[in-house]
Amino acid sequence: MMERATTVMGVAGVLCFAFAGLVEGWLPYTHLSRIPVQSLDQIAPRPSREFEILAQRYPQSFRAAFGASRPTKAAFHDALRHGRDVYIAEACWHCHSQFVRPVSNEDVRFGLVSSAAEYQNELNLPQLFGTRRVGPDLSRAAGKRSVDWHVAHFWDPPAVVPSSVMPRYDWFYDESGRPNREGLSVITYVTFLGRERAREQERQARTGVRPRHGARR
Amino acid sequence: MSQAVIQTDAAAGAAGTLAATPTVLHPSVLVDKAAVRAYIVAGISYFFVSLLAGALYSLQFLQAYPFPGVELMSPGRIRMLHTNSVAYGFLVNVFFGCLHWVIPRLTGSPVLSKKISWFVFFAWQAITFAAFAGIVGGEGQAVEWGETPTWIDPVVLVGAAVAIVNFAWPILKSGAGAGRGASGKSMYVTLWYYSAAFVWLALVYFMGNFIPQYWVPGAAGAATVGIFIHDLVGLFVTPMGWGLMYYLVPVITKKPIWSHSLSVIGFWGLAFFYPLNGIHHFFYSPIPMYAQYGAVISTIAVEIVVFTVIVNFFMSLRGRGDLLRSNLSLRWLYTGMVFYFTTCLQCAFHTTLTLQKIIHFTDWVVGHAHLVMFGVFGFWLFGAIHYLWPRVTGRQWVSPKLNAWHYWVNTLALLVMFVDLLAAGVVQGWLWSTLAPWEQSLIASVPFWWVRSIAGIAIVAAQAILAYHMWITARSGAALEERTAAASPVVARVGAEGES
Repeated sequence: MMERATTVMGVAGVLCFAFAGLVEGWLPYTHLSRIPVQSLDQIAPRPSREFEILAQRYPQSFRAAFGASRPTKAAFHDALRHGRDVYIAEACWHCHSQFVRPVSNEDVRFGLVSSAAEYQNELNLPQLFGTRRVGPDLSRAAGKRSVDWHVAHFWDPPAVVPSSVMPRYDWFYDESGRPNREGLSVITYVTFLGRERAREQERQARTGVRPRHGARR
Repeated sequence: MSQAVIQTDAAAGAAGTLAATPTVLHPSVLVDKAAVRAYIVAGISYFFVSLLAGALYSLQFLQAYPFPGVELMSPGRIRMLHTNSVAYGFLVNVFFGCLHWVIPRLTGSPVLSKKISWFVFFAWQAITFAAFAGIVGGEGQAVEWGETPTWIDPVVLVGAAVAIVNFAWPILKSGAGAGRGASGKSMYVTLWYYSAAFVWLALVYFMGNFIPQYWVPGAAGAATVGIFIHDLVGLFVTPMGWGLMYYLVPVITKKPIWSHSLSVIGFWGLAFFYPLNGIHHFFYSPIPMYAQYGAVISTIAVEIVVFTVIVNFFMSLRGRGDLLRSNLSLRWLYTGMVFYFTTCLQCAFHTTLTLQKIIHFTDWVVGHAHLVMFGVFGFWLFGAIHYLWPRVTGRQWVSPKLNAWHYWVNTLALLVMFVDLLAAGVVQGWLWSTLAPWEQSLIASVPFWWVRSIAGIAIVAAQAILAYHMWITARSGAALEERTAAASPVVARVGAEGES
């Protein structure tokens, strides 16, 4: 009986797979779905400082890219979404992870250990955890580097970090060398990553309260 | 439980076991050799492209990428192309070719329709090519092994479904379906793996490409992606590979598999434990810990199951070990199997949370992945191609020397790459944990990356040898003797009469 096609297809093919999906997929999902999924309005109510700086530095490119001369909320959300899409299209996620583990001194190197709540939002659909780090983790990139640093770095990474093996992204720039829609968006996206957690860490540093997820090793 | 055995008609003829299966058609009627040929050629072509992409991408790590700043040749996109065309261009194509050979012979019936076979063939090439173009054009999807652009995913599902119906038809028709057919014949091991893999392919592909893309964000989405990454390998490529092993090894050694019970344990162990492993790609992530612990335990369990299969295959070789020297197909298959054992043993250790602290995110994992996809499944398919190519072209391999070169360059280059990347991974992991500046880990990796690139280029060269050898064999190889062709295997089932 166990060696018939219908048994194999039904029991091994469907049931075993369904069991695994239940234990390793559905159960985590039911737990995590208690945390409401947030929209961009909720996680990004105001344009970031970096986005405002981009609007000041490159007014023409900015207008061409987002159809607005001021860094409005709508333009900011457009930039975040498009920046995420560029991040996916260029497979940034193949060389940069987006979660900080509670081991290997990662909280010292990058910042607060990741918690599930910070990924329950529309910017993380699809998720971009990543499985390889050639370059550093980016989930705490907010506030680490200036807009100017990013503009130079995407143009020619080794010019900024001599040992960098990151490729150049010439097509993020227009003929005059100013970042275009792709460049402005991806810089907005990367400099937004972990903004809320960075603020939380600052608050904790001020008030002396230990981070909730600060389990060290 | 019945003992299902493959024998060659050369071996079985005298024993008269063929008489027990009176409806067996001659293999030449059953097998669409042109389809096998077409799939192998398509698969090897994509493989070559994919390896070129991999070698090219590796140059980026040496700051020596030949096309800097060219959008369509961006290393990130080429990286996606590398894995995507290995999975869908190489593995799926050659596996489908093998299915066209194996399934009709094991079931005694041809696939559902020759027209469907060719429709699927051309549809699949169109899909892989569209994925290729889409990825290079900047439409890749953020799913490892599922980089195929989102708009192609539904087409892939439909195409796979048609292919599955075509292949599953003879299996279901031959009496292996529940209660149908004469005396409720049971299926040979290969067909267990194939039947289950058909169902898994559809389910896994749907799960991985749709759920985290459209419905489930964040950590829960990552859990499904983890299951997908793992199951595309574990529940499609692995059963396709083992199905081939269970077919080719007895056929080449002219001996049945040593233990039927171990075959049963191997199959059901894989079916139960393998799908539970997925989350081991995201240890220490915000996915709930119980799911991560579950992945640790089931990954170690898989290793125990794998051990039973390996023992079974080594015992099957007892008394015929000399064939490893004289029969290159068998040597490919067993080399792949030793690598399979190595990767699975590795898994059992590096799935532990202790080792994860250091090796996760490093080149260790890349080395492991290359040993699995190339060292195991690539090698098994080389074994299959080595066996099938003369039989589908009707010509003998022109040069045993070229075959030997192909074997040794691939094997040595892969071993170098594997050990090199493991070592690189340990160095990177320790440097990260010591909080040395990030650039230190890059500077320390450069020598390892040089070795990796050189090994990679050697692997590309080895496949150039294979492609050239296949071409001259098909064009000008000596004709395969009729007797050799007739000695190709058909199925005989022994002991099925005991079961009703």
